[in-house]
Amino acid sequence: MSLGGLLSSPPAIVSAGVDVFSDALRAQGAEVHDVDWRPPGFGDPADLSAIALDPRRAAANRTAVERLLAAGSELVDVRPARDVIGLADRTLLHSGPPLSWEMASGPMRGALIGACLFEGWASTVEEAEAILAAGEVALDPCHHHRTVGPMAGVTSPSMWLWCLSDPVNGGQAFCNLNEGLGKVLRMGAFNQEVQTRLRWMRDVLGPVLADAVRSRSDDPIDVKSILAQMLQMGDEGHNRNRAGSLMALRELSPAVVAVDAPSSDIAAVLKFIGGNEHFFLNLGMPTAKLALDAARNIPGSTMLTVMSRNGTEFGIQTAGTGDRWFTGPAQTPVGLFLGNFGPDDANPDIGDSAIMETYGVGGFSMAAAPAIVRFVGGSVPDALATTERMHQLTLTENPAMAIPIMGFRGAPTGIDVLKVARTGWLPQINTGMAGRVAGTGQVGAGLVQPPQECFEKALQALAEESRTA
Amino acid sequence: MTASPALSGTAGVRSVSLRSGVYADSVRLMQVSRTVSALPGVTGVIVAMATPLNLELAGNMGLAPEEVPSPEQLLIAVRAEDDAALTAAVAAVDAALAERERSAGTADAVRHRTIGAGLDELPPDASALAIVSVPGQYAVAEAADAIAAGRSVLIFSDGVPVEHEVALKRAARDAGVLVMGPDCGTAIVSGVALGFANVVRPGPVGLVAASGTGAQQVSCLLDMAGVGVSHVLGVGGRDLSEAVGGLATLDALAALDADPATERVLLVSKPPAPSVEESVSAAAAELSVPVRSAVLSPETPDLTAAVEALLTDMGMDVPTWPSRPGPVESSVPGATLKGLYSGGTLADEAMLIAAPALGDIRSNTPLRPELDLGTDLSASGHVVIDFGDDALTVGRAHPMIDPTLRLEAIAALAASDEPAVLLLDVVLGYGADPDPAGALVPALHAARARKQLPVVVALVGTEADPQGWSRQADALAAAGAVVFASNAAATRHALRLLGVAP
Repeated sequence: MSLGGLLSSPPAIVSAGVDVFSDALRAQGAEVHDVDWRPPGFGDPADLSAIALDPRRAAANRTAVERLLAAGSELVDVRPARDVIGLADRTLLHSGPPLSWEMASGPMRGALIGACLFEGWASTVEEAEAILAAGEVALDPCHHHRTVGPMAGVTSPSMWLWCLSDPVNGGQAFCNLNEGLGKVLRMGAFNQEVQTRLRWMRDVLGPVLADAVRSRSDDPIDVKSILAQMLQMGDEGHNRNRAGSLMALRELSPAVVAVDAPSSDIAAVLKFIGGNEHFFLNLGMPTAKLALDAARNIPGSTMLTVMSRNGTEFGIQTAGTGDRWFTGPAQTPVGLFLGNFGPDDANPDIGDSAIMETYGVGGFSMAAAPAIVRFVGGSVPDALATTERMHQLTLTENPAMAIPIMGFRGAPTGIDVLKVARTGWLPQINTGMAGRVAGTGQVGAGLVQPPQECFEKALQALAEESRTA
Repeated sequence: MTASPALSGTAGVRSVSLRSGVYADSVRLMQVSRTVSALPGVTGVIVAMATPLNLELAGNMGLAPEEVPSPEQLLIAVRAEDDAALTAAVAAVDAALAERERSAGTADAVRHRTIGAGLDELPPDASALAIVSVPGQYAVAEAADAIAAGRSVLIFSDGVPVEHEVALKRAARDAGVLVMGPDCGTAIVSGVALGFANVVRPGPVGLVAASGTGAQQVSCLLDMAGVGVSHVLGVGGRDLSEAVGGLATLDALAALDADPATERVLLVSKPPAPSVEESVSAAAAELSVPVRSAVLSPETPDLTAAVEALLTDMGMDVPTWPSRPGPVESSVPGATLKGLYSGGTLADEAMLIAAPALGDIRSNTPLRPELDLGTDLSASGHVVIDFGDDALTVGRAHPMIDPTLRLEAIAALAASDEPAVLLLDVVLGYGADPDPAGALVPALHAARARKQLPVVVALVGTEADPQGWSRQADALAAAGAVVFASNAAATRHALRLLGVAP
C-alpha cells in the first residue's frame, strides 16, 4: 500500500475546518489550501452521511455521468403528437411536475385554454374553461412522455413534434415547435393571433419541416454539435439561442427549399425560422432530455435527471429515485421586463426548459454568454463566477460543451443533490417570464433558482433508499 | 434623427422619439428602461427597437409614435408627471445609453466549499492529503470526498459514529488510501507536522499511533536520543476496538512496511481488543520491518520504557532524559496527587504508574468505571483530570490551546485546605499554545504563595519546537516546578514527593 505517494514526498494539504492547523502548516512552508467550509445549506446530517457513505454512490454516479456524456442527438423526424407519442384526443401535456386545473397558474391556464380552442374541443374561452374545470381534458406532464416543452409546454395531439434520437443509448425525445416571442401559447396567450399562428404551424410549418427533415434521413442533423458550437458563439442555450437558431436555419434551409410546396409557403417558413431567436431552444431541450433520460434508474446515483416547473410547483427527479417527483413552490424570476411590465406582473417559474441547466448549459454555462448576466444587473465577472460556482454542484465537466473564456473547460454537468446540500448553493437557471394573468404572454426574462424544498425532499428520499439498499 | 416630441396634459407629459442608426441589444435596452423608470416622477418608459412587438407594447402604454417607424429605429418613449421630470428622464435615457460597462475580465475567485472541490483543483499526480476538522456530524461527507478522490485523510473531528468510521476505513482500504482518525490530533507525514505535532528530526522509526499525546511523547524522546522518525501515522483512538478491528492500523503498518525510509515501527496505543491484538500481531509478524508495541497497560505502563527498549533494539545508548530540578522540597506525606492533564494518554500513563503506589485514583477518564469523577473536578483525594476529554472541550478549544479551565482548577486547588502535589503536563509543538509557560507561571506563583504546593511538570516537546523545550523548562523551573521530559519520570517524582515509593 503506497497511499498514492503520500509517504514519498511532502503532501499538499487541503483543509476544511479550524484555521489553527493551516497556520501551523504554513509556518512549516507546506502547501495548504483552505476550503471555505460551512455547515450544509440543508439536510439532516445523518442523511448526508448515509448518502456520502453509500458504497454504490461513486460507481452509480460514474455510470450516470458516462451515459449522459455519451448521449448523442440526431434530428430524425417531425410528426404530430397524436401519431408519434400516441397523444389521445382530449389529452394535453404540460410542463413541470403533475398539475390539476385547480392549481394551474394564469399562463398555464391560458395555454390550456388556447390548446382546447386550437383542437376545436371548445369554441369559446368560457367553454374551454368549463371542460378543463370539469376534468374533461386529461392533463399529463410532458416528462412522462419522453417530451419536453418550454414555458407552459402545452402540447396537443395536432401539434407537430421534433423527433430526436440518441444513436448511442438508443433513446428518443420530443418537443413541440417554437412559436416565437411575444403573444404565444407557451407564455399563456390564446387570442386570435395565437390561434392563427398555431394553425399555420400545423398546416404549413409542420408538414414542410417534416418533409425537409425526412429528406436528410441518411444524414440527420447533429443537434448536439450545434449546441456545442453555439456555446462558443455567445449563446448559453436557454435564454440566448441566436447563434444556434441561425445554425439550425443554415442546416435546414437547403432541405426546406427542396420541399414540394408553394414557394410562398417555403418563404414563410424560412422567414418564420429566421425571425425567431429562440427557434433552436426546442431542439436543444430534447437534446438535453435524451442525455438525462439515458441516466435514469441507476440505484445509488444522486444526480438530477429532471428540473422542471409548471408555473405553480418546481419539480426534480434523480437518477437514483426513478420517476418520483420532489416538488416545492416555484419561485418568481428576477430580471428585466418588457415595456411597462414589472415584477408584480410575472408568474412564478414555468417550463421544462430547465432541462438545459440539468444538462449543464443555460445558467450553468453563463460564462459562455455574458450578455445574459445583465438580466439581473450583473457583470461579466459574475457570469464567470456563476459557472465556477456551478462546477461545485456538479459531478463532471462535459468535454463536448467547452466554454472558451473558461479556458475551454467543459460545462459543469450532472447536478449532484449531495453537493447542492453541502455547498448550500442552488442551481442557477436562466428563464423567460410569463405574465401572471392568463392571455398576457411574455413579460420579461431573468434568473431564478429552484426552491430548496425539492432538494430537501430528494435528499431525504435518497438517504432512505440508501439505508434500505 | 427623427423626433416627434408630443406633449399632452391628460396623463402627465410624454416624449416619444425615434432614432435611426442606433442599435443596442434588447437586454441593454431593458436595463436602460429599468434605470429610467426608477426616476422620481416617471410614470412610463419604453426604450426599445421599434419592432412590431415593442410598438404594440408602446401602444398599450399610450406611448406609440405618430409616424410608422422601421424596425431598425430605436424608440424612446417616456411619460412623466411634469416637464421637469420628463426632461430629466429623457436626459437619463441618453446618459444610460452612453454608459459603458466598466467591469470585465476574470471571475472574482469562487472559493471551494468542500474537500472534494479543493482536491479537484490539485494535479492528479501530486501527493496530497485532506484534513477535516469540521463538526463531527459533518465530517463524514468531507472525508468521503477525499477517499473518492484517491487521497488519504486526517479526521481531527470527534463525534463521528463508530459505524461511519468503519465504513470510511473500509472504503479507504478499497481505494488504497489511509483514514487517520476520527479524533486524530497528531500526525507527521513526509516531514509535514499535522495537528498537534512536534518538530522532530527525520529518521528511520515509523510510528503508528492510536493516541496523539502518546505519539508526541514517544517522538520527542526519540528526538532527544538522537533518533528521528520517518512518519507518524495517527489512526484514531477507536481503531483498535472490536468494532473497528484495527482497519487503519493494519493499513498504516503495511504502508510503513512499503516505505523505504522506515526501518522500524513502533505501535503506540492503549490495550487493543483481544481479537484485534491478535490480528495486528499476526499482520506485524508478516512484515519485513520489525514492529515493536508501546501498549499502555497496567503491565506495561510506561511509554518512556518502550522508547528505551526500542533504542536498545537499535543498539543505541539510552540517554539521561532532560529535566530541571527545581527547588529542593521535602516530601508531603499524607498529601494527595492532583494530576491536571491536557493529554489523555499522558493522564492514563500517570494513573497507570501511580495507582499501584497510591491505590484508587478518581478521574473523568478513570481506569475503572467506579472511579468516575463525574463533573466534580474539585473532588478530594487522588485525582487525575484529562482536560482534553471530549466532555470538557465542548464549545471551547483544546486545553493545549486554551488553558482557562486548567488555570481555574489550579486556583481552586490553591484555595483548598487539602495538602497536595500538583502534577501537570505541558505539550509543546505545532498547534499548541505558543507560550504555555507564559500562562502557567503566574498561576503557579500565585498558588505556591498561598500554600505549600510542590509542582511537577511533564514537558513534552523538543528544542526545535516553536516554543523551545529549554526555554519553557527554564521558565517553569523558575516558577518552582520540577520539570521532566518524560511523563513517567515526572509521575514517579510526584510519587516520591507524596512519600510513596514508586
